[in-house]
Amino acid sequence: MKVIVAIKQVPARDSQLRIDGAGKWIESSDLTFEINEPDAYALEAALQLKEKNGGEVVALCAGPAGAAQTIREALAKGADRALHIEEEKLYSCDTLAVARLLAKACAAENPDLILTGLQSDDLGYGQTGVVMAELLGVPHATLIMEVEKKDGSIRVKRELEDGWFQHVEMPLPAVLTIQSGISKLRYATLMGIKKAKSKEIKRLTAGELGVPLQSTVTVEKIHAPQKNKQTQLFEGSAKEAAAKLVEKLKFEVRVI
Amino acid sequence: MSGVLVVFEPANRISYETVAAAQELGSALGIPVSAAIPGSDSTGDLASKKLEKIYTIDHPALKMYTPDGFTAALEQLIRHASPQYVLFPHTYQVRDYAPKLATRFNQVLVSDTISFRVEGGAVILVRQLFQGKLNADVRPGGDGPYFVSLQAGAFRADKAIAADTPAPVEAFSANLDASKVRSKPEEPFRESQRAVDLNAADVIVSVGRGIREKENIALVAALAQAMGAELAASRPICDNGWLPMERQVGSSGQTVSPKLYLAVGISGAIQHLVGMKGAKTIVAINKDANAPIFEVADYGIVGDLFEVVPALVEEIKKAKG
Repeated sequence: MKVIVAIKQVPARDSQLRIDGAGKWIESSDLTFEINEPDAYALEAALQLKEKNGGEVVALCAGPAGAAQTIREALAKGADRALHIEEEKLYSCDTLAVARLLAKACAAENPDLILTGLQSDDLGYGQTGVVMAELLGVPHATLIMEVEKKDGSIRVKRELEDGWFQHVEMPLPAVLTIQSGISKLRYATLMGIKKAKSKEIKRLTAGELGVPLQSTVTVEKIHAPQKNKQTQLFEGSAKEAAAKLVEKLKFEVRVI
Repeated sequence: MSGVLVVFEPANRISYETVAAAQELGSALGIPVSAAIPGSDSTGDLASKKLEKIYTIDHPALKMYTPDGFTAALEQLIRHASPQYVLFPHTYQVRDYAPKLATRFNQVLVSDTISFRVEGGAVILVRQLFQGKLNADVRPGGDGPYFVSLQAGAFRADKAIAADTPAPVEAFSANLDASKVRSKPEEPFRESQRAVDLNAADVIVSVGRGIREKENIALVAALAQAMGAELAASRPICDNGWLPMERQVGSSGQTVSPKLYLAVGISGAIQHLVGMKGAKTIVAINKDANAPIFEVADYGIVGDLFEVVPALVEEIKKAKG
């Protein structure tokens, strides 16, 4: 089974974010980046499918030159090869434009299955996988917890709201968006890191794919959220702050 | 192309928030608001709301939700009704098909929107980036229709305007071919009955990613014990198996509204906030002063939880005498 896993590079989780001069994106020069966490689970699911059913795992990433670092990490964890659609300003594109790029690159590969995370931790549109499926004309399912391969089809367990789940079966090829936290993520082994150096990363551009980078939805500006509530912060040493909080909890909130 | 169309999901209460938002948008733009209920032949309570029209779309292929069935049915209805705006509640089901539907119109679903404003007849939508750390003002483009889903809790269901007379109902007959529906859904199920009812607790102490390791949970458990509180957690803690799933608060866990909710090392991603922002008093302990949890917190300590939590336990013991 040939599995493509679409991964994205995003600023590291604890980054202090500053809005850039144009007010349309963040200042990225001093940030560190990592794989979008939901995509790490999609990669893990892809690697587990390969271990069970054989075949190949191809990592697909659209992003700036610096995303090569995240791609190498995916190769070190066990992806066989990678496709890097190298474009610097994809953050200013809407999901349809990016999904068109990804879908075009996928179509040339004829995969059995395409996996990606349920959403990105930066833009958070949560729809790239679904839009790719529509563009490729294949079925999809979202928020997937388990994948079971059958003959020419898959049966998946998807999460519904409020503690409910559902099994769904669909023919291959298909696109699945994987729920975060469904399994333990593996670390790259030393051997894996060594092997990754000789694995192929094929570089592509939007121009080569013949996909124009046109967006329908445009970002006017980004800004810090307005606080709805005034938070009273307790300062000082841990002990001082704790004492002030406990006084508040005892005499005003009255829960102690 | 004119009007606002609400796609209503009867099983999900946040659909009424979407009705309220659509009425607000319709009145700001001076255009009528209608609603569609795919997979239903009845309007239920929705008929009591002020709407131009309610479309029901009943068809055997819509009895159980599938993205193929819902997308095909709504595509036909939208081409028939020709709205300028299509509003959805941002539910798991909507996330599953609405992006596909928008793609059919060469549009992008502006998902998880938290507010909007009208500027010179154009609508600017506000949505969150970086898990709530920043907001973005976005402008839909092209001819439309514009597809927008609204975050749970962003609008108030009780602001939905009631109707003087029930809205007229149009039973829209979609032309669907069941054999074109590719996915075969089975009956939904629940894994197990919940043994812990967090809703019964007056005080909840909840722990998140900031705790770093399983062994450290004991620290927060000691705080919960000192306060006589139930121990809860955000999703990553339960995914890791550090606490059982039944202690999870958030969109995929329980929704709670205790007297006091004390969040330790929880950044406050929206999936968590929807489960606890109804608490009477919220306290946050977090090392990042910009964490979204402080948007909803009444009281806070910006600091290292590994210092603050033991200090709190000590102070509580003192206060209790």
